[in-house]
Amino acid sequence: MNNLLTIPVLLPMLGAALTLILGRRPRTQRLVSILVLLGVVAAAGTLAWQADTQGVQSLWVGAWPEGFGIALVADRLSAIMLTVAGIVTLAVLVFSAGQEEDEVRKETPVSIFHPTFLLMCAGVSNAFLAGDLFNLFVGFEILLFASYVLLTMGGTGSRIRAGSIYVVVNLLSSSLFLIALATTYAAVGTVNLAQIAQRIPDLPEGTQGIIQYMLLVVFAIKAAVFPLSAWLPDSYPTAPAPVTAVFAGLLTKVGVYAILRTQTLLFPHRPLTELLLVIALLTMVVGILGAIAQADVKRLLSFSLVSHIGYMVMGIALASIQGLTGTIYYTAHHITIQATLFLVAGLMQRVGGSSNIDRLSGLMTTSPLLATLFIIPGMNLAGIPPFSGFIGKLGLLNAGVAADTPLAWTLVGASVVTSLLTLYSIAKVWNRAFWGTPVSFTTEDEEGEDEVHPGRPMPAVMVLSTCALIAFSLLLTLAAGPFYAYAENAAEALLDGAYGLAVLGEVVP
Amino acid sequence: MTGNLTLAIVAAVLIAAGVYLLTERSLTRILVGVLVMSNGVNILFLIASGPAGAPPLIGMFAAEDMADPLPQAMVLTAIVITMAVSAFVVTMAYRSFQLNGHDEVSDDIEDRRIRELAERDDVSDSFEDIRFSDTGEDRVSE
Repeated sequence: MNNLLTIPVLLPMLGAALTLILGRRPRTQRLVSILVLLGVVAAAGTLAWQADTQGVQSLWVGAWPEGFGIALVADRLSAIMLTVAGIVTLAVLVFSAGQEEDEVRKETPVSIFHPTFLLMCAGVSNAFLAGDLFNLFVGFEILLFASYVLLTMGGTGSRIRAGSIYVVVNLLSSSLFLIALATTYAAVGTVNLAQIAQRIPDLPEGTQGIIQYMLLVVFAIKAAVFPLSAWLPDSYPTAPAPVTAVFAGLLTKVGVYAILRTQTLLFPHRPLTELLLVIALLTMVVGILGAIAQADVKRLLSFSLVSHIGYMVMGIALASIQGLTGTIYYTAHHITIQATLFLVAGLMQRVGGSSNIDRLSGLMTTSPLLATLFIIPGMNLAGIPPFSGFIGKLGLLNAGVAADTPLAWTLVGASVVTSLLTLYSIAKVWNRAFWGTPVSFTTEDEEGEDEVHPGRPMPAVMVLSTCALIAFSLLLTLAAGPFYAYAENAAEALLDGAYGLAVLGEVVP
Repeated sequence: MTGNLTLAIVAAVLIAAGVYLLTERSLTRILVGVLVMSNGVNILFLIASGPAGAPPLIGMFAAEDMADPLPQAMVLTAIVITMAVSAFVVTMAYRSFQLNGHDEVSDDIEDRRIRELAERDDVSDSFEDIRFSDTGEDRVSE
């Protein structure tokens, strides 16, 4: 029993209610949101420490007898995801608080932005802590609903178009999730993850397969794994910078987390290594080739996001301690770095007036600070030593080499190539947007209209919050020893069955 | 557990019709598809809960005669979520109608642009023929 487990879910929900009431007082609203997220980070940090020192933390909500109510569970994996997610959402919220008044009205109408943002945090926390497949579904629905609103905020033509695709794809995946839930319940008579894990090996092969593949498809849609990734680059880039940053950083990773959790907890005896390795390969290569073709920085980053999901799937596919460790560390790294890059893309749009590299030039002269903010996470994403991206990729490559099958070796090769192509796409942005002479923006677009985009200065708050995220990614690099050891312990705990014991205690299966 | 064939067929038909409607471009048809499909999915939960039985009220009926209440609770949650989704899709369809005069989802302009470039086998605007030889002038800045 640990009542702290409810804090990361309940606190943002209460905060959402409070900020909704405070809609007409933007400053108080911001203060409340920031305090709430600070509270979430503190609770998540404590949980991470407790999960490490005292074992898996669990709570049957509402004091229902064990085995009947809804369980919240935090093992090392949940806790580390929760902590990183908390830090990133906090930084992004502070970033959005740096917008000027007129921009706020246009981009993120503050009266609904803060409550929705906090609700999304509650959904993310709930998904990470859910010890129950149905509660995981509810967590996904909470975060998806908040994301529908955030994505279509302002209701402009392009956002409604992007939102329609996003909503319909997620509706389909939610329906599939429900079908998978009904199947699971009919087959094993429970939706509690630990109980399903106990009962599933007794089922016939075919039934196990159906449940596994259905869950995999559902979470692969949410995680944007190829071939189920086409929705992502279509829907993310149109949203406001802070929204895209938190989506790109977090929402796909919740899907990765769910794949990781269900694969290791429910199906440790059916790792599907070959299938997942092939999918990982295609995700990496197709994603990065898409990125290279793009001229818009936000779209380029969206495609590279898809491609890097492939690395995480590769670790899950190998299903060894090394592979899972690599995936956990890489996910934590990627949440941070992808959110940072989207925030920087937002800043580029501010300073240069566009996020299209055909219209940007000489940003290095205009703003050397922005160039520094871009190049550090950019190199980190490409996996240049000594950054955390390199450490994560090295872990995954080691796992691939250790697996020592032809397919694993292919994956090792593909991930090196993907890394190189990521470097190419980052270098392309760097060459086109940052080098050269600064230009003024009176280009004609395709409809023949003059588009004038005067550059605007970067508010200190935005720069500071981006710097904070970069500092956190550097911390992941500098303190890689302890972080990697933590990820390794988390991976070992995933495979040794501590989760089920902690949740069910002495309950007879 | 034996399933109920009638319910299974009804669910299958509803879900198939729903998926077909989801592939349409008009948001209104998609909305109808969502409603039909979600009802089909809810029926799956009824199948999962086993045969019909007495209301699960402790003290009034014997435990073995009761229907399983848990799937019903799940269906209730699913219905609430579907209601919220429908409200959101209706809003989006209306907004799309306000902006464009119709509620059809169009292609991504950027996608189309890049595809056309590929069909013409043309280079993108961001392509630049830079030779890495030192000519003493800064080609990038020109």
